[in-house]
Parts: sequence; C-alpha cells; structure tokens
Amino acid sequence: MNQRSSNLLDEALGLDQSIEPWPLRGRIVAIEDQVETSGSFVLHHILKRSLSPNSSNVSIFIAFSQPFSHYDRVLRKLGCNLVTQRDNNRFFFFDMLMLQCPGGDEGISPECGLIALYGKIYKTIVALPEVSSKNVTIIIDDLSLMEVAANGSSDYVLDFMHYCRTLTTEFDCSLIALNHEDIYSSADRPTFLLQMEYLADILIKAEPLATGLASDVHGQLTVLNKGMNYRQGSSRNKISNFHFKVKENVVECFYPGSQG
Amino acid sequence: MVMEDAEAPHHMLLLRNFMSQGLVHNQPLLYASPAIDPRGFLGTLPSPAASKDEKSHKHDPDQEKGLRIAWQYKKYFGESQLNFDGQRDGKHEYSNEFDLRKPLERHFLSAQRVDCVSIQDSPNLSALQDRSATFLSQYPRNDGSISCAGRIAIQSFSAPQCAYSNMEWDMLSFIRSLKSMVRSSNAVALITFPPSLLSPSFCKRWQHMADTLLSVKAIPDEDKELSQLLTGYQDMVGFLNVHKVARINTQVPVILDATTFSIKLQKRRFLVLECLNQAPVDGSSGTSYGTSGSCSGSSKTGNLDF
Repeated sequence: MNQRSSNLLDEALGLDQSIEPWPLRGRIVAIEDQVETSGSFVLHHILKRSLSPNSSNVSIFIAFSQPFSHYDRVLRKLGCNLVTQRDNNRFFFFDMLMLQCPGGDEGISPECGLIALYGKIYKTIVALPEVSSKNVTIIIDDLSLMEVAANGSSDYVLDFMHYCRTLTTEFDCSLIALNHEDIYSSADRPTFLLQMEYLADILIKAEPLATGLASDVHGQLTVLNKGMNYRQGSSRNKISNFHFKVKENVVECFYPGSQG
Repeated sequence: MVMEDAEAPHHMLLLRNFMSQGLVHNQPLLYASPAIDPRGFLGTLPSPAASKDEKSHKHDPDQEKGLRIAWQYKKYFGESQLNFDGQRDGKHEYSNEFDLRKPLERHFLSAQRVDCVSIQDSPNLSALQDRSATFLSQYPRNDGSISCAGRIAIQSFSAPQCAYSNMEWDMLSFIRSLKSMVRSSNAVALITFPPSLLSPSFCKRWQHMADTLLSVKAIPDEDKELSQLLTGYQDMVGFLNVHKVARINTQVPVILDATTFSIKLQKRRFLVLECLNQAPVDGSSGTSYGTSGSCSGSSKTGNLDF
C-alpha cells in the first residue's frame, strides 16, 4: 500500500499526526458529493482510520444507504474487518434501510423515528466503558435518505443533527455525515445544505473534474478545515485541494499533474 | 433507472428487451404501468432473434437452440433450470438479441410468469409496494446458488396521469423501499421516468437513488450538423447515455470508455447499441475534433486561418 498517497487526505483532516487522542474528537465533518462523483469513499476512509488497531475508538454507523454486507466487503478490502470489530464492541451498525416515519395525519409525529434513533445512539454511548466513551465516531450515510425516511421533514433531520451535536460537546464524539450537494444546489432554497455547512468544522467536497471522468483520476477533493489545531497551539482555517483515484484497497490522493 | 425523453419513447425499446429477456430465461416478471390495461403492452414484447449461424430457420418452440451467448449467466443456473438448450456446440445460450417484428410467444406471457399492475388510479403507492414485496419474497437471497431470479419493470413511474404523481416524497420513499427489498433478493428492477416532470431537486434525488442510471434521448431527423459529425447518423433513432453504473460491495467507480451510445434499429427489427464514431476529419482543413463545423465541405476562412 502506498502509505504516502493517502496522506494528503489524512493531512487535510489532521489524521497524519498521531491517532491518540483522536484528532477528530468533538468535531463535525460534512462530506458533500454529486451524482457523477461519489464521496462515500471518504466515509470508508475515516471509518477505517477510526477503527485503527492502535486506538480505542468506537464507531457508530447509521446506515440509510447500504446494508451491512456492502460496508463489510468494502472495508475488508481496505484492511478492516467490521465483523470482528462488531464482535469486540468497537463497531455498532444501525440498519436504517427500512426506517420510514409514519405520515403526520396518522396522529404520530414524524419525529418519532429519529427521536428513537437518537435515543439508541445515546444509550450505546453511555453504555461504553469510560475510556471508549471519549472516542466515539458517529457516521451517517446519508442525510438525503434520512430526509426521505422523515417524509421530507428537513427540519426534523436538522433537529436530529443538532441533538447529535450535543454529543460532540458532552462526550467529545466526532460526527461524520455524507450528503449530496447537487440535490440542494438545484433547489430554490438550499437551506438544509447551508445549515450543515455552517455546523461543520470540516467540509469535504467531492466533485468531478471539469474535464469529466477519467480512469486515472476519479475526481477532486476540496477540504476546508476550520480552526485546525497546529502543534504550536495556533489554529486557523486550512483549505486543501487535490485529485483522487479510488481503488479497492486504498485511495490515492495527489496534486494535479503529479500522477505519472 | 432510465430517464425518458419526452420527444420519443426510446425507453420502451429498453423496457421491451428487459422484459422479454427475463421471460425467455424463466425469470418471472412484475410489470407496472400507467396504462389502464398493462397486459396489452405484453403483446409488443419481442421474440428472441434467430441466430445468424442457424442453418435452418424453423421457428418452433425449440427455437431457443439458436440463441447466442451474450452473458455468462449460465454458470449461475443449474442445468435443469434452463428450459431451453442450445445443444448445438453443446453451449447454453443467453439471449440478448430480440426481433421487434416478431411478438413473444403466448406461453411466455401466462399469468404465472407475468403479473401486471396498473398504477394510474392508485391514490397512493401502498398497493404497488405490497405487490412488489409479495413478488420479491419469492426470490430471497440465500448464501447458496441462485435458483431463480425475478424482474420488476415499472414504466413511466412519475407520469402525470398517475394519481400519486404529485406526491414527491412518497415516490421517493417507494423507490428507497423497493431498492432495499431488491438488494436482499435475487431480482432486478428497471424503472423508467420522465425527468422533465420532476422538479430539478427531486430529479437529482432520484438520480442518486439509482444504482445504475441511464438516459435516452431522441435525435432530430435531418440534422445536417450531426449527419456530418457522426458515421451512420441516418440509421440512428436516438442516444443512450450511461450516467452511473452500480457499485455494490465496492467503492471503486466504474469508468467506461464510452458513456454515449447510438440507438439503431437494424432492419427495423433489431435494437443495436453502438459507440459513437465521429466522421473522418479532413486533415488539410486544420479543424480539430472540438469544432462542430463542417468537416468535409468548404467553410469560410477566418482572418487567422492558414
């Protein structure tokens, strides 16, 4: 595996330093992608890093998009065994594929499904041993499907995200969420997307190249890291932009023109 | 999912092929359409094309013997499951070519093989969801080999004559639920829809939902520019674009060499998809592939032309 090639993404996220304490502690990461270029590989990469054998991180994965078998196979090729991690209580998988909040006219609030989900996450975290409860990464794939599950009630989804945000302050959790930027950019009022971008400490955008798709470059990533902490104790915003190629066992990241 | 073009019904060609292919290979079909009587459409399904190598052109119930291999599906089926055999050359053939002028034989269209649903008058999507769930429950995915597969074809899902067509979130919920059910079964679903009738934001949501996303586009007759740019333009009826290919159990995107294909009807009988070929450029004129001007005729020379 080309250790160096994945460092551009790790560098942008602050993961190139040590894994303990988890650099994404207490931070919210928003990943945005488009139909032409999927950003799910970034989720997989962060999940793999969070389940590094050298750390005591725990990951809670909220899946609206794919079943467990999909992520299991993808992560295996990346060198991470989710079944083992699940058995060791380091990985919790919440299958939300069939979650559908009932319509409002049935007298049951659409919030009920999301409230129950939040309760489940909270209970899982408080049940963890002390040291693990300080290193929890909550991953959501993806927010647009959570909206569908909530019958279009974006406000309820935002409320849910705000509740999850309290977990980042109370328990130092990391919150990673994927969403599809092109859904909202073509809407009249992209409020939901803007709210998420505002909440996020790190914003990652996966976009196609202006020249279209190619077999050796799958797209470009732009990472905006707000208030990145440097060793000297100072913090400032950092923007990184680079190209990427997604392989089964690694993501290669490189500056434009540097790939031979 | 296939995005339709309001100018021409080319999605119907894909739908017919999909439906016929499944029925011919013993894959039961659930077909839903906005028509009052969807069963009427079954009469337009094409029959498998006779193989070019066949020495005799007898069209009898055993005509499947002449089918050519197009896919390697045969390794997933037990020998006994195939209800036809290409005993010639000892190969079992999977049909990918159909003759649009020859309707599919009636015995393929029995009620046991094809279940039809009209979605025009449904006030909501519960009935279609229930029918889909019942259908898919017959093809659960086990760890063992695939013994039987099923196909779902939904035509013009958001057509305005459907009573639920303004219930955008309900349609999305249905697609999401169907996708989940299909993922855990040995089945494939093909949904066509008119994107121009959805708001841009919802159209994007639908596109993200699709595992594989295609679009068809009509091309105008007698377009002089196109006829000069493309070889075989006069035989083309439209374009097929591949926007996205399913990535299940992998994070690696599928990058195709070509994403746009021409749709041709060979002898008005056979649906043919071909990569586009540009007409030869006249090298001496100095024009590049990027221009859309005339390639062979004389053109006005600008001040900077040599």
